[in-house]
Amino acid sequence: MTQDEDLAEVIGEFLVESGEGLDALDQAFVELEHDPTDAGNLAFVFRTIHSIKGASGFLGFQNLEKVTHSAENLLSQLRDATLLLTPEITTVLLLAVDAVRQMLLNIEQSGADGDADHSELIRSMEALSHRPESRSESKVLNHKEAVFAPQAGEAQAVSDDSNREVTSSDDENKSVGELLVEAGKANPEEVQAALAAQLAGDPRHVGEILVERGVLDSSEVVEALNTQRKEAGPAVNNSTIRIDVALIDRLMNLVGELVLARNQVLQFTANQPDSALVETTQRLNLITTELQAGVMKTRMQPIGNVWSKFPRVVRDLSLSVGKKVKLYMEGAETELDKTIIEAVKDPLTHLVRNAIDHGIETPEARAAAGKPVDGTLSLRAFHEGGHVNIEISDDGSGIDSERIKAKAISSGLISAEQAAKLSERDASALIFLPGLTTAAAVTNISGRGVGMDVVKTNIEKIGGVMDIHSVKGVGTTFRIKIPLTLAIIPALIVTTAENRYLIPQVNLVELVRLEADQALSSIEKIHNAPVVRLRDRLLPLVDLADILKTPKKTKISSTDEGEAEVDPRLMPINIVVLQADDNQFGLIVDEVLDTEEIVVKPMGRQIKNIPAFAGATIMGDGRVALIIDVMGLAQESGVIAQGRARSAGEAHSTAVEESVSTQPMLVLGVGSTSRAAIPLSAVDRLEEFARDIIETTGGKDVVQYRGSILPLAYVSQILNLPSSSDDAEILEVVVHTSKGASVGIVCDSIVDIIDESINLQATDSRPGVTGVAVIDGRVTDVLDVEFIANTVRLSGSGRSRAYVAVAS
Amino acid sequence: MSIPTQSQYCTFYVADHLFGVGVSEIQEVIRYQDVTHVPLAAQSVEGLINLRGQIVTAIDLRRQLALPERSDDSLPLNVVVRTEDGPVSLLVDEIGDVVDIDESTWEATPPTVGGRIGDLVQGVYKLQNELLLVLATDRAVDVGASTGI
Repeated sequence: MTQDEDLAEVIGEFLVESGEGLDALDQAFVELEHDPTDAGNLAFVFRTIHSIKGASGFLGFQNLEKVTHSAENLLSQLRDATLLLTPEITTVLLLAVDAVRQMLLNIEQSGADGDADHSELIRSMEALSHRPESRSESKVLNHKEAVFAPQAGEAQAVSDDSNREVTSSDDENKSVGELLVEAGKANPEEVQAALAAQLAGDPRHVGEILVERGVLDSSEVVEALNTQRKEAGPAVNNSTIRIDVALIDRLMNLVGELVLARNQVLQFTANQPDSALVETTQRLNLITTELQAGVMKTRMQPIGNVWSKFPRVVRDLSLSVGKKVKLYMEGAETELDKTIIEAVKDPLTHLVRNAIDHGIETPEARAAAGKPVDGTLSLRAFHEGGHVNIEISDDGSGIDSERIKAKAISSGLISAEQAAKLSERDASALIFLPGLTTAAAVTNISGRGVGMDVVKTNIEKIGGVMDIHSVKGVGTTFRIKIPLTLAIIPALIVTTAENRYLIPQVNLVELVRLEADQALSSIEKIHNAPVVRLRDRLLPLVDLADILKTPKKTKISSTDEGEAEVDPRLMPINIVVLQADDNQFGLIVDEVLDTEEIVVKPMGRQIKNIPAFAGATIMGDGRVALIIDVMGLAQESGVIAQGRARSAGEAHSTAVEESVSTQPMLVLGVGSTSRAAIPLSAVDRLEEFARDIIETTGGKDVVQYRGSILPLAYVSQILNLPSSSDDAEILEVVVHTSKGASVGIVCDSIVDIIDESINLQATDSRPGVTGVAVIDGRVTDVLDVEFIANTVRLSGSGRSRAYVAVAS
Repeated sequence: MSIPTQSQYCTFYVADHLFGVGVSEIQEVIRYQDVTHVPLAAQSVEGLINLRGQIVTAIDLRRQLALPERSDDSLPLNVVVRTEDGPVSLLVDEIGDVVDIDESTWEATPPTVGGRIGDLVQGVYKLQNELLLVLATDRAVDVGASTGI
């Protein structure tokens, strides 16, 4: 039925417009808190809620209507200045906005506004709207007034409006009834009658009542509703149109193809003598470039679209943790590709939440530190060299690098020696490690130790770079550098072993060319690792041909006598200086060619998992070239550790082979008197499990842990000792991870971390025990963690694993 | 293993074996294309080709089937097959005919056929003069299993 379709279309429009209105509301509310009397903002909020209410009533969404109705009621008092906006009222109104948003979502998904119970919310709104009134009046009466006031107002409006000029440019939206009267579809009496029915308790909207009474058919009401909508949003609608994002994506793809074809044509005609052809090609080139810029622009959105929700986030969060935070935003108009905007939304929100939860101190602490009581959180965005920089800085306590280090050591993420070597800056960067949290307590906001690593991974996924700068006591700044768009990126073409590779320019720092004689003298080696002094700093060098295991022309690293093999006259060395994480490294390539705009194309699954490549593209000559993933390359070459945790693990395994004596040990209590120890670097996390969550599989005790199954090994059983905690409610568990699998080592108590030189003595072979040592003045069994892990690992060999699944 | 339901097969030769893939699974057959080699990829991955603007992985069927390498002077052809993951090109020695087959001539791969061929061949059609080995394309384009062999 076409009327149904009409209605569906109306509902669709209603959802889009209401959604847009709601987004603006959050911002408006937060502004209102600063200036509760801002009439313009109040009127805007009122109007938005009013039009949602109007439409929802007509469209039959009763729950939605009830909530918006109460909110409108409260707002009308605020607007008329009979009530002053308090934080309490703001909170309730924001809750109402959330409820409305949820209902709109329900409508979108299921066509109904859901049956959630909002009576509590409505009651609190009503309660607030009553407060300033004389308390002597009976509650019931107040209640009635609250409910009926707006309808009465509306009726008033209709009768007033009948005297008004049609061309009235009043702020106030005209009601449906009024429009129907104007259009001659209904006479004022009928509308009045319908309003009267509403007053008498009919929950439906005017349009509905009129339809039911046979005064109108629904298409006329729909028309009136459309008119109402048009009048509500004048002028702007004429200069903009809504376009399906999929269509723009398609256009963007086509433009990408066009750019590639253009590149091919350009290369082809470069050697052609025909001047007409050359001229035409040049025009094609210009037009393509302009078209590319134009289509790209259609996908551009100001970053303010994401930021607009932050005032609300900051407000809610700082209230809930009892902190005072002022939010400054600069460069909200900075534009980014839509897909990138979507991709940075969650990471940015996380950073903002972190800054408030971890960064900014409580007002008391701030006062004690001599800082202004209000903390400052500032967001800044700006364009720079084809990229967008986003900075999130707070003037909070900064990152305590010592604490981070201690935490990272105790979580087994790095060893004490590694920690001692870290610079202040590198120590701050430890927060990007998975599994590290500095919050003293786990709150519902943060502290679970997942987060910063995810933020960083997400930023890197879109080709961005993230960086942290923190000064203890002064504040923390996160800098994010992201490309403008993912679709078409500028890249540098390099060659090695006759093959071309592309390096995205976002990772490029500079190009260094060492002439042949210079190359010999300036490339030095530290135990086979070539380095070059670049402006007095050591730059580690990596040969692209080495990493890709392709044959190469020059040899500088593979053999000890490599220098002798390099013929000094043979070739200069080209170094592409790249940025990966906080580290710079030099990539040695045979040649540096040119830069080109490239379209990143996905690769088939057969080669998708090679970390060194981000994708492929088609070059000007029609051949395929691979795009280098600088982060992946850096990890492959060991310039940066894979999540650093791995390097800690490697450091551990080599250290154990050489000597255990310098390892810090985690000392465990077993039974009532015995002690055992585990090298700290083998410790992943310390956990406590309730005994009743233990399940069994194949005769082994297991627990569900972080989405997988953790087998348990009991130290008391390994050492053949009675356990003192057989009936304890809580198990103390040391989580150890190796070869991608974790094992939980159950002990009776966790005693201490001891970092002293120990003398390990071999014992008659007891499985699971490496030896015995005197630690902390007591004889302690040093456990063989690998052995223990192997005995309880769910799968016997590495070939086949994971047969047990957590059904959740 | 069920009897394949295709009645027409596109055939090709790899190291003197006649292989067949159902015509509906074939996107196209094209002559040899310039291949961009992919360092660090699995051995059977010959490289990437540009198929009218689309980047397609080319898999050397000889290596994938653990057959002897092709001599340097002969260029392989691309049999582009459709997969769930988009088109993938199989490099073959020579293209044969499109044959109509008689379903009654189907037989499962004899258990004595071991190695990679045994893994990748679904079954055999007994043609008049030779045997048509029906390639399981999903496994033929899966290079994960062939690494490290």
